Amino acid sequence: MTTPDASARPPGAREPGPDPDRVRLLEAVRLPFSGARREILTAVIGLLASIAIGSVLMLIVGKAPGQVWWAMLSDTATDPSLLGQALYRATGIMLTGLAVALPLEAGLFNIGGEAQVTAGVVGCALVGTALPGGTPAVIAIPLCLLAAAAAGGLIGGAIGGLRVARGAHEVITSIMLNAIVPGVALYLGNRALFRNGTTTGAPIASGAELPQLGLGGSSANASIAVAVLAVAVVWWLRARTTWGLAWRAVGQSPEAARTAGISVGRVRIVVMTAAGALAGLAAANFVMGNKHAFEEGLGRGSGFAGISVALLGRMHPIGVVLAALVLGFLSSGGVAVSTLVPKELVEVLQPVVVLAVAAAVPLVRRMEAAR
Amino acid sequence: MSQRSGPSGAPGGAPGGAPGGAGEVVIRAELDKRYGANQVLSRAQLTVRRGTVHALVGENGAGKSTLVKILAGVVHGDSGALEIAGRAIEVATWERRAARAAGIGIVQQHGASAGALTVVENAVLGVEPLRGPLVELGPTASALSALGERIGLPVEPWTAAERLPLGAAQRAEIVAALHQGAKLLILDEPTAVLTPVEVDGLLATLRRLADEGTAIVLVTHKLDEVRAVADEVTVLRAGKTVATFAASRDAAPGARLDVAAIARAMIGSDLPGASPAVAPAADARPVLELSGVSVGSELRAIDLAVRAGEIVGVAGVDGNGQRELALAIAGLVRSTGEVRIGGRSASRASPAARFALGLAHIPEDRQHGGLWLDATVADNLALGRADVTGRFRTDRARVLAHAGTQIAALDIRPAAPTAVVRSLSGGNQQKVVIGRELSRPDLSCVIAAQPTRGVDLGAVVRIHDRLRGAAAAGAGVLVISADLDELLALCHRLVVLLRGRIVGERAGEALRDAGARSALGALMTGVEAA
Repeated sequence: MTTPDASARPPGAREPGPDPDRVRLLEAVRLPFSGARREILTAVIGLLASIAIGSVLMLIVGKAPGQVWWAMLSDTATDPSLLGQALYRATGIMLTGLAVALPLEAGLFNIGGEAQVTAGVVGCALVGTALPGGTPAVIAIPLCLLAAAAAGGLIGGAIGGLRVARGAHEVITSIMLNAIVPGVALYLGNRALFRNGTTTGAPIASGAELPQLGLGGSSANASIAVAVLAVAVVWWLRARTTWGLAWRAVGQSPEAARTAGISVGRVRIVVMTAAGALAGLAAANFVMGNKHAFEEGLGRGSGFAGISVALLGRMHPIGVVLAALVLGFLSSGGVAVSTLVPKELVEVLQPVVVLAVAAAVPLVRRMEAAR
Repeated sequence: MSQRSGPSGAPGGAPGGAPGGAGEVVIRAELDKRYGANQVLSRAQLTVRRGTVHALVGENGAGKSTLVKILAGVVHGDSGALEIAGRAIEVATWERRAARAAGIGIVQQHGASAGALTVVENAVLGVEPLRGPLVELGPTASALSALGERIGLPVEPWTAAERLPLGAAQRAEIVAALHQGAKLLILDEPTAVLTPVEVDGLLATLRRLADEGTAIVLVTHKLDEVRAVADEVTVLRAGKTVATFAASRDAAPGARLDVAAIARAMIGSDLPGASPAVAPAADARPVLELSGVSVGSELRAIDLAVRAGEIVGVAGVDGNGQRELALAIAGLVRSTGEVRIGGRSASRASPAARFALGLAHIPEDRQHGGLWLDATVADNLALGRADVTGRFRTDRARVLAHAGTQIAALDIRPAAPTAVVRSLSGGNQQKVVIGRELSRPDLSCVIAAQPTRGVDLGAVVRIHDRLRGAAAAGAGVLVISADLDELLALCHRLVVLLRGRIVGERAGEALRDAGARSALGALMTGVEAA
């Protein structure tokens, strides 16, 4: 018998294979967090592909894509009210995007943003209305923010708690709550809040109002500072604390986290509660910054848009800010070019971005493998 | 004893002229396969002849499963040469459907049946016999029953696969493969799920099938099975074919193969000489006490005490409650009875609280439980270690310094704290687990489950040194291993687990004498009562 190469022992001596406990759903949209370059590449490829698809659609309706894109860009940049609307839209979806990105990194898919935003709106408006008229801003604003976060956090915590205690999948419970919470809000409105014959409640205390940014009469308001602060806190927790370590470990390798003594259930509940609170905070934008009252349907759609923001932002807090701005400008830009192309064409682009980014994930992975 | 030389490096390089009149070549392969940065197979060669049982052996992670999966078309190979019944095959596009048509059947390690479907439905999946527009199962079911009866593997065609015990599900897969006309039958670690009696039955059946002309590839790392049934042996190590053997016809059964030589080829060299740790003081206090610990029906009323400085081994055939024992001590599974760690009761404590009492736990599977594969070495070494990371704010400098210390102490390669653990070899991954667990402060007891499974020899030596060091520093160490040689080399005392119970114990001189191995072997298989 001879044993050739007895000395050569290549390092790759282990059985490969995917981790069976990896949730396939998450696998399809996310990459393990090891390279910022890879994430940026994925987002950029997705965006470029969306622009290409949008251009094809513009050609189909008989418009020159260059002209439409340019109009979208230049009009939004030069018209303060369009710019302001873009920021107003970006503020809300920045928070709901964060509410998706944070749990996604912990292995949970929070699509309950709609329910959490609505709960935040109701909580914020209830407290704001209950405050006496002369309450100073230093008391009224924190109280209303707290109420919004608590109401959203309650919904998020319920989703997390059901997952941990009863094994109910968070996607299913989220979907159900997305139907239940707005229904309850409407009931509350009809029973107690709406003022005679309208779908608008009483105004909140003036001390709880957030100042407008004054961009051409747009709805943009100071709540963007709340959103940016929330992003900063999440970034810091994620990168600099043991909580961040634990939530990423639970997301990528729950067994390893459990074996290392981390309580996986507790992390899941805390993360979902925090996510709900973030989505709830979006009420600051809608109630405190814009309508100053509870209104049926206020903030609707921003919960779902948060999913797009999180995916385009590659689940990173900084990415979420950029993605929220991009999608905010896209929706404003749609208004800007509504005389050139049908508005549905631009509305279609947001889901196209999500699909394109999801498609770019395996592409980038393959590019990496080939390198 | 006749032996052929190892591969020459040319495609299909194993020299022909099989001794003992074995039949023509059914399959000849030389394959490369890479998963990411991990070269799983590099020019791995295998030549299988008609009418033989060909054992493909090697340690965990040697690439055995990958090799046979490529042959069966379950995964694609990267490059190389593949020849089936004399016909050259394109490796990169070889698929399961074509492989099945070419008569290659495979029974995979963890089964590949669709659970909700019946045995007969699984057997015809993809090649459903039709009667008009309808699938017709009756004739196939009768054929399966008859075939199973004939070869001694009875099957129940109309039972859903998920309702069958593991052994019966495996029998059904074997019969289905033969029913589909397999001329080459691949079995990947088939005995892992079987009881000893079932193992004997399966091996006898394989022998009979081979004598009737089927070529059998038996993937295993158990040398007893090789000795019992193999005509030819290919040894894989780290993705390469390092040796081939053929049984001599004239030797007595059981001595037809040089099992010691096969073991050497698998490991690469002999295990280093045993140097048991210093014996613990006679009056050392117990640091791990189990009384009446049970986990379902897997682990029953275990009483065991490990003293400070003592290394106690748990021997046994895999699947006799070892896994549950480790998990029960670590608090990762629901158990009854009492667990005391460092003299204090931990029966109701969470895993984290048990670590705080001085426990360290090296889990048996580093890829599923031990490690966070997509994180860095430094993060893995700090996972769950609040003493390293700090309570809330992560102390990056401390985490990196801790990683540097462990990397140096265990010779983890590459020596980079920021390397992603998934890219490390099995041995280096295991060192990361060892480093994290054995560097805990105020260690009072260590459970090490399969601490050296699938790691290379250099790492084995270092890991053993660290375990001895932990004992010398005053911790009690409980080593659970399927490898009796490892336990004999490491432990002061051994207990044997069989069907969830401790059935025997040996200590001191009784471990050193010549009869120790066979006595323990008898205990492990339940031949002799303790």
